[in-house]
Amino acid sequence: MTTRIDRRMAKLKAEGRPALVTYFMGGDPDYDTSLAIMKALPGAGSDVIELGMPFSDPMADGPAIQAAGLRALRGGQTLVKTLKMASEFRAGDDETPIVLMGYYNPIYIYGVDRFLVDAKASGIDGLIVVDLPPEMDEELCIPALRAGINFIRLATPTTDDKRLPKVLENTSGFVYYVSMTGITGSALADTAKVAAAVKRIKGHTALPVCVGFGVKTAEQARVIGASADGVVVGTAIVNAVANVLGPKGEKTADPAEAVATLVSGLAQGVRSARLAAAE
Amino acid sequence: MNKPAMPNSFRTGPDEQGMFGIFGGRFVAETLMPLILDLEEQWNKAKNDPEFKAELQNLSTHYAGRPSKLYFAEGLTRHLGGAKVYFKREDLNHTGSHKINNCLGQILLAKRMGKKRIIAETGAGQHGVASATVAARFGYPCVVYMGATDVARQSPNVFRMKLLGAEVRPVTAGHGTLKDAMNEALRDWVTNVEDTYYLIGTAAGPHPYPELVRDFQSVIGTEARAQILEQEGRLPDVIIAAVGGGSNAIGLFHPFLDDKDVRIIGIEAGGHGLDGVEHCASMNAGKPGVLHGNRTYLLQNADGQILDGHSISAGLDYPGVGPEHSWLRDTGRVQYEPILDDEALEAFQLTTRVEGIIPALESAHAIAHAMKIAPSMDKDQIVIVNLSGRGDKDVHTVAKMLGMEI
Repeated sequence: MTTRIDRRMAKLKAEGRPALVTYFMGGDPDYDTSLAIMKALPGAGSDVIELGMPFSDPMADGPAIQAAGLRALRGGQTLVKTLKMASEFRAGDDETPIVLMGYYNPIYIYGVDRFLVDAKASGIDGLIVVDLPPEMDEELCIPALRAGINFIRLATPTTDDKRLPKVLENTSGFVYYVSMTGITGSALADTAKVAAAVKRIKGHTALPVCVGFGVKTAEQARVIGASADGVVVGTAIVNAVANVLGPKGEKTADPAEAVATLVSGLAQGVRSARLAAAE
Repeated sequence: MNKPAMPNSFRTGPDEQGMFGIFGGRFVAETLMPLILDLEEQWNKAKNDPEFKAELQNLSTHYAGRPSKLYFAEGLTRHLGGAKVYFKREDLNHTGSHKINNCLGQILLAKRMGKKRIIAETGAGQHGVASATVAARFGYPCVVYMGATDVARQSPNVFRMKLLGAEVRPVTAGHGTLKDAMNEALRDWVTNVEDTYYLIGTAAGPHPYPELVRDFQSVIGTEARAQILEQEGRLPDVIIAAVGGGSNAIGLFHPFLDDKDVRIIGIEAGGHGLDGVEHCASMNAGKPGVLHGNRTYLLQNADGQILDGHSISAGLDYPGVGPEHSWLRDTGRVQYEPILDDEALEAFQLTTRVEGIIPALESAHAIAHAMKIAPSMDKDQIVIVNLSGRGDKDVHTVAKMLGMEI
């Protein structure tokens, strides 16, 4: 069984370039604006969309994504609405993979079985759930795989060779390598170390390895993309939204356009990655 | 919800996955997994190591002042006119609360593990003070995360922590209370995994924290059980403790869990009442969910977003509870009851006047429940209340509530 993620990653591999994976917060600053942002992503050069599910207590996120989640919750976003957003997007785009990213509690409260049925029906292809390590695979990972939804695991600098097989065991779609120990939005780690880590993980799996946490500019995307199968950008996109919001949350420019401009630049960086590496 | 099967013993949990029935577990980011697996391994070695036990015993006796007394509260008993009320005097420990029991145990673990830096979260500041104290004693730098609201209402404890050399970092997210402090401590830990030991203050968080904190705090119940047998020649009829995260309560309860004739009551913060959202009674008004590394009863909305809650007592101002309490609730072994802010305040004042003891507002919740049930009990019946901490830190809050200036 292949998913949109598998097909997209295979296609990009054939093209010889890494994927640009873009994270944005569902419902930030409101449903309609956020849907417009989502719809603008593929045209701007995003290959895989990570749709953030806001949570009141995002323990692994830095200030930018914390604030985005709060804006979304204040704007009335719920998991029901996040799934609706995915299905509205899906009505106009049946190719771009959508990965839901967030924390477990809203899914647990929604009900795992009901969630998987509704997520599948909404065109969701994969899940990244930060607080479900392999030790908790029975909770959601195994049921998701059974439902035909990829479960994408985070590997981190603390995931050593001994632990890596456990982390990779039920992972599918791609492996998300977290470039440093820390929260989202921190400074990018030493790129040489990241490249070495990607190589190490690839020694254990045939899955594509995407790298995130700390990638903010086209140049960084190019450098990381030289060794990884994909580059994940999140905080920079969330900041692009925040930057066009005034003190009372009023829009001072079009957030979808601001995000599209940023993503176009990142896409150029990613697309030049292997060319640069080949030189 | 189906009631879980009755176990033969209530004292064998958690299982190897760190679960108490459906509660507990290890719901943490991958970055932290290797750390908590290492902690579990080190803890399993340490708890069977006679040297570790001897060092903890020595510090407990000569540094913390254990055993704490089991005191017959004659004034309160006479006032209530029913069952005999005893206080387990954790307020007399060094640093003024039960928190030191856990901090001494965990700092020895941190030392064993070769860690270089201590972080902690705190609500009322009692755990922050105890953490800063053991960090000072063992020469570690210490950062304490504390909600900005709590920094304001527990200023004496903030100053104590600073005197002890700790850095207090106010957290402004959310309502600026214990939940937000815990989020920030977890963010620090995930960033500084190499050298940092996270000294969790309550019997919650990812496995093995609920187990190890309980084991360090169980000295309370172990002593109380032996003391009441010595003083009264029998076990108590009722034992009562306040439950925020639940470390003083599980510490008192655990050694009594298989004494089936002992009624066990945990007291949650009822705040302004359970009808609204101004309370912290997660087991009476919440439902099971996943937060801060474990599954447990949580105050949350229909979308699974965590609510902030409210309590007059900073130490009870937490929307969750340790996972073992959730399990004890569902099995029916322990009964959990709410006490309102006003009732706690009344107990605080009464205890001060008739016993000459100023209890922490947290402990005053437990005393308030004793005030409710003792009058209708027989005079030869016995109630033990865990006086988990002293109330000096709360005098500003109480003065404000009573409309007084100090």
